[in-house]
Amino acid sequence: MKKDIIIKTTDLVAKYGDNIVLDGISVEMYKGEVTVILGTSGCGKTTLLKNILKMYQPYSGKVEIFGEEVTDLEEDQFNEVLKRTGMLFQNGALLNSITVYDNVAIPLEQHTNLTREIIDRIIKTKLHLVNLDHAVYLSPAELSGGMKKRAALARALALEPEILFCDEPSAGLDPVTSADLDKLIINLKNQLNMSMVIVTHELASIHRIADRIVYLHKGKLLFTGTLDEAKKSGIPQVEEFFEIGSF
Amino acid sequence: MSKLSIKDQTLNISGKIVIANITALLKDFDHNFANETIKKLNLQEVDEIDGAGVSLLETILDRCKLTPDSLENANESIMKTIEIFSTIKGESAEKPKADNIFVKAGDSLLSSIKQLTDGLYLASDTIWWSISGIVNKKGRRKGSVTEQAVAIGLDALPIVALLSFVIGFILTLQSGFQLQKFGANVYIADLLSISIVREMGPLITAIIIAGRSGSAIASEIATMKVTEEIDALKMMALNPIKYVIVPKFHAITLTMPILVAFSVLISMGAGLLISVGFLDVALEVYISRSINILAVKDIIITLIKTITFSWLIVIIGAYYGMKVTGGAEGVGKATTSSVVTSIFAVILADAAFSLIYL
Repeated sequence: MKKDIIIKTTDLVAKYGDNIVLDGISVEMYKGEVTVILGTSGCGKTTLLKNILKMYQPYSGKVEIFGEEVTDLEEDQFNEVLKRTGMLFQNGALLNSITVYDNVAIPLEQHTNLTREIIDRIIKTKLHLVNLDHAVYLSPAELSGGMKKRAALARALALEPEILFCDEPSAGLDPVTSADLDKLIINLKNQLNMSMVIVTHELASIHRIADRIVYLHKGKLLFTGTLDEAKKSGIPQVEEFFEIGSF
Repeated sequence: MSKLSIKDQTLNISGKIVIANITALLKDFDHNFANETIKKLNLQEVDEIDGAGVSLLETILDRCKLTPDSLENANESIMKTIEIFSTIKGESAEKPKADNIFVKAGDSLLSSIKQLTDGLYLASDTIWWSISGIVNKKGRRKGSVTEQAVAIGLDALPIVALLSFVIGFILTLQSGFQLQKFGANVYIADLLSISIVREMGPLITAIIIAGRSGSAIASEIATMKVTEEIDALKMMALNPIKYVIVPKFHAITLTMPILVAFSVLISMGAGLLISVGFLDVALEVYISRSINILAVKDIIITLIKTITFSWLIVIIGAYYGMKVTGGAEGVGKATTSSVVTSIFAVILADAAFSLIYL
């Protein structure tokens, strides 16, 4: 069965000053799949994610999302693409001056014409989904690290995104919360056919959720394929990554 | 497309119940079906549902006073999505009630008292460590006083000079021409000397330093607090007051009197230009009158005043920095509060000095 490509990068190059961080990355990510971007620290994982989302402007190369080239899109046009995606930042990036409820309300109030009644219900639904029913009216300063991340996930899911980007979702979480988060990711993928692009180091999590692996090494694409293919890829760095994790 | 219809007290929902359609579906329900008796919701023809769609179903169930058991004929996948997103079983937190006016007034009184006592504790700690720090330099970074003296004193010279010149210029113009009407031009030197040395010099400098360095002190300490740098210092067995605040305290105590002296000279210089140029006052007369009118007492009061202002600025800045909570927003609030409070405190202290030493 031919899979629909949802994100595609072609010869993507990113630089910090003269330092090349991504060197000609060409990858395809597919609809309804969880794509995990892997690699050792400093290999350019988060940079790849941020270049796809135009948080950094790529130095050269192309990025396509939903089949549309976004590299040269104007801000207004790219915002329409962004409304169909959600992003979970490493530290949650909740606005500290407002409550969790209001944080989740932002995209719903700004980008939809839903009534207050429905918005209220959607917010509570999303917060229930991430087990934060008790924290609806708390401010982010009153939340623990894991709770902040879950609240941020609720905000990322507010507009029913087609693609969810996550930057190290399980970093700093205990194994139980991390496993719950993975279960949620799998449920979202299966039930809503949501596509996910996840940057992570956590091997346990990778084994649970990954459909496809994109392995970066020193800014270059070393491997892309399924998890099983990765383990038998014959590429020393990739195999070592999985072997060390199985100690 | 999605559609609602009714048959035998059963509401049939068909098509896609997704975020894009739910406003239309809810409107349709409110217009056409709100008054109908509905016992069941038939989901047989629902093709797709998302989280927002589940919220819509729950809203309709609420309106019809039905339970989730009234949902019928949903296929397995639709049912699973409903289960994942359903809030019916969850217990949502109650929205906190707003306090009444008496509770608010009491809270604000208590928090003011706490602010004052915390501020006094910090002030006494800072003064204690600053005095002991003159001899015992342990527990702070080498060269930090010089660094702070440059930031607070030297870097502020240009702005202090410019504003002092303009203030001297304005004072002379405004009062000089009034005095000229009575033929009392020559008294301009006395007037300027007293008002600038005793009032305007220390006050203008303190206001500039409160805005410039007070805000920098508050925001620096607040940022250190929110990024856990202050906690890190404590964990390294360092006293944050000694390490962070004392160098600033020493630096401002040393540099403020110099800045005030500089400000007084510049303002008097501006007065001299106008007086000699436009008010027919002889140069030597201006200089001798401005010096002779001053008593040693005036200089000492100005010095005490200046040091008091500088301590108020650094302690208020440090206090707001230290008590910050939250993230970026907290830092902004702390900075604003520190500038407003320190300017207010400086003016209040100035009024107190004026009353004591008339």
